[in-house]
Amino acid sequence: MMLVFVIIYQIAKASEYATILRGEEKINARVNRTMAWLLVAFFFLGLYGIWMCHEALIDRMLPVSASDHGVQYDSMFVVTLVVTGIVFFITQTALFWFAYRYQSTEKRTAFFYPHNNKLELLWTTVPAIAMAVLVTIGLRNWIHMTSAPPKEAMVVEVVGKQFNWLIRYPGKDGVMGKRDFRKINDANNVLGLDWSDKDNADDIIAQNGELHLVVNKPVSLLIGSRDVIHDVGLPHFRMKMDAVPGIVTTIWFTPTITTARMKEITGNKDFVYEISCDQMCGKGHYSMRGTVIVETQEEYDAWMAKQQTYYASANPAPAADSTAAAQPTTDSVKAITMK
Amino acid sequence: MSDVIIQGTSTAHTHDAHGGHHGHEHHEQHFITKYIFSQDHKIIGKQFLITGIIWAIIGALMSVFFRLQLGFPNETFPIMEKFLGEWAKGGKLNPEFYYALVTMHGTILVFFVLTAGLSGTFANLLIPLQIGARDMASPFMNMLSYWFFFISSVFMFVSLFIQTGPASGGWTTYPPLSALKEASMGSGLGMDLWLISMALFVVSSLLGGLNYISTILNMRTKGMTMTRMPLTIWALFFTAVLGVLSFPVLFSGFVLLIFDRNFGTSFYLSEIFIGGKALSHIGGSAILYQHLFWFLGHPEVYIIMLPGMGMASEVLSNHSRKPIFGYTAMIISLIGITVLAFVVWAHHMFVTGMSPFLGSIFVLLTLLIAVPSAVKVFNWLTTMWKGNIRFTVPMMFAIGFVSLFISGGLTGLFLGNSALDIHLHDTYFVVAHFHIVMGVSAFFGMFAGIYHWFPKMFGRFMNNTLGYIHFFITLAGAYLIFWPMHYEGIAGMPRRYYDYSAWESFKNFESLNSFISIAAILVFFAQLIFVVNFFVSIFRGRKMTTQNPWGSPTLEWTTPINPGHGNWEGDIPEVYRWPYDYKDDGNGNDFISQTTPLKPGEEAH
Repeated sequence: MMLVFVIIYQIAKASEYATILRGEEKINARVNRTMAWLLVAFFFLGLYGIWMCHEALIDRMLPVSASDHGVQYDSMFVVTLVVTGIVFFITQTALFWFAYRYQSTEKRTAFFYPHNNKLELLWTTVPAIAMAVLVTIGLRNWIHMTSAPPKEAMVVEVVGKQFNWLIRYPGKDGVMGKRDFRKINDANNVLGLDWSDKDNADDIIAQNGELHLVVNKPVSLLIGSRDVIHDVGLPHFRMKMDAVPGIVTTIWFTPTITTARMKEITGNKDFVYEISCDQMCGKGHYSMRGTVIVETQEEYDAWMAKQQTYYASANPAPAADSTAAAQPTTDSVKAITMK
Repeated sequence: MSDVIIQGTSTAHTHDAHGGHHGHEHHEQHFITKYIFSQDHKIIGKQFLITGIIWAIIGALMSVFFRLQLGFPNETFPIMEKFLGEWAKGGKLNPEFYYALVTMHGTILVFFVLTAGLSGTFANLLIPLQIGARDMASPFMNMLSYWFFFISSVFMFVSLFIQTGPASGGWTTYPPLSALKEASMGSGLGMDLWLISMALFVVSSLLGGLNYISTILNMRTKGMTMTRMPLTIWALFFTAVLGVLSFPVLFSGFVLLIFDRNFGTSFYLSEIFIGGKALSHIGGSAILYQHLFWFLGHPEVYIIMLPGMGMASEVLSNHSRKPIFGYTAMIISLIGITVLAFVVWAHHMFVTGMSPFLGSIFVLLTLLIAVPSAVKVFNWLTTMWKGNIRFTVPMMFAIGFVSLFISGGLTGLFLGNSALDIHLHDTYFVVAHFHIVMGVSAFFGMFAGIYHWFPKMFGRFMNNTLGYIHFFITLAGAYLIFWPMHYEGIAGMPRRYYDYSAWESFKNFESLNSFISIAAILVFFAQLIFVVNFFVSIFRGRKMTTQNPWGSPTLEWTTPINPGHGNWEGDIPEVYRWPYDYKDDGNGNDFISQTTPLKPGEEAH
């Protein structure tokens, strides 16, 4: 390594002496020409590189959208990409073209051109209009995706903790009971459910971070955290929301493609929707992985039927019997509240 | 003292007048007062620059270590163990230390290099020289500004060596992660040292900033109206304004964090169960910290960008031998950016659960900032149009600056639009965006400035051949590293992950990650070419033989080749025209110095 430096340094030093010996003017003219050419070469190599990169990675860029508004997202993404792409191409071409075209020569004198109000007005208004268009599209989509969830949406609570996700379903009554962080106990009450609240009796908690959703049925996520800030990242559904201790955040979306179907689309038999933690949360941040299983209503019902209520699994006492055999809820039309 | 603190702008003889009581003013200064506890703005500028360079090497080396982990998660690198000891036992980086490295890399580069190292260097060097002042308004405060930065650096450096490691909650240090010792190892002593260091850094920044503002407002030489100032000065002025108005807010955020950490308050903490027990904190808001942090954090981005913009304007105009196009529009766009910089901070927080309505206002304001930025880009392009361009090393870097600013700026339109951010937030798309625009682009502005004003700093030139090699490797390398990262981000790949191999959605980027790591390591070594060039040229570089090697109309080139403290021998110059008069002066020069009076019948710009 050191040797490479010494060699580079010696060459550089030698070229400097050569400049002094052979006359600065002449060398400068040659260097100037060379640099103008190199910039042009860089520009074309750059364009070629962008093309190559695109060819190599396009398939892995935006995964197939698996949610309703994800389709909207993708079209907005493409519009923004086209707008910025055009600006990118025009300005970069102008930059490198001017550099080459107006390189210093003995004959040339620079054109004294301090300002032109018309031009400046032009390139203030055109970007302003372009921005107005992008803002309009953006806000339309934003208002749509942050609107109140439809009434028929199923509700699931997702709670982050260092370093996994806890998922709570409201159970048969469709109501989530109260919980209190002071009642949390890792052995038998991971979310601090308040057992004096009867609504908790049939709640189900999945501690393996598996979120089961029904295809084409809107889902509203109530997001919370037990300790530090986490983030529910759902790349295939184009959704993301922080999990902040002390407050409840929400998002809703409608999954449109089942996991099984997605395996066919991607041709990957191991395909699985993933929940990534997108807010740095400590040493295990990179391993804070959850999964989403999107399935048909029948599959979902069958899965739900096999789940034990959290009360029953955490307290294998006689009291659990009545709720353990409870039928799964399929009627989530009932108003769902979280206290 | 009085021969050091020189005040007054038009009273050019103050210097000599005071000389009377203290014997001759140019008496030999002791090494310590001349080079260490110096009050000469030029020396202080060099101190900031050299400290910044040292930090940049440390910060960049950290990125080499974590890129090794990211690019080659299954390999071991025994050399890492030599550097990092038990943090990389067996040559494999420990996850906790990976996060510490990422955090330190961000903190060091954002604050110590691109804030102190950049505006500290050039505000100090250029403000008095380009406005025609003998020194800063308060040279003593100026010296304190550097030494507070130095002490802050010492605290940060010490934190690298403590047993629990330095802060590791990301450069943004969001609580509760950063507030609770139970949450992470780096949230212990390392976090305390980080907070102390940053608090001192804020002090340094304020001392410097107030000085820059008052110097620019009060100490311009005769004839140097505000609209005759070079754009570098305008840019440095607004940089200082941004810092002075936003750093105190960050400081208040840190104070509350210190209280939460040590004195049992609950500003940021509520309903937390950690380390097997429920904490007593109730009623705080973790999001409050993010508002306070980003109220500085976003202006900070412009604190980093504006000096580069100013210097690129100056360099592009000078080496195109053409006035900057739309001088007034450039100033207005700087004002626009400065004002808007204060009202866009929450675009970093679209997914924190903040009110969507508030989010939509921040979308509007954020995309508005694209307008002044676009004006700047088009004006730079028009400055080069029909010029007579000399491809000196600073000019190459200024061209690279514009290219990178365009590339990195455009991706901001994706992230500033909340409806797109909701998928891209905290992915590699963000990493690519800000590294190109406020990382590499700002560095290119800084390099343009260093290569351009090196002769003014040291009376010698840096080596051109090495400069060109440095330029091309860095420009190509920057694009090779960060361009593909956009694709990873669009695929949803989260940032700040130690290992992606367990993720079905992201593990197919492994070979791309190796490619990026190799490019990053090569670019790191290319920066050492610059470092060698810089330090060797101080002592061995080609000597400057003329006062004004670049043919520049601005005042700094009217000083002697190696100006002493006070900058000008005799009277300070008087200014008669704007700083971009690149036209035939009638004597075969293609520029007219600001000190040349208007010819009869000649109209001022």
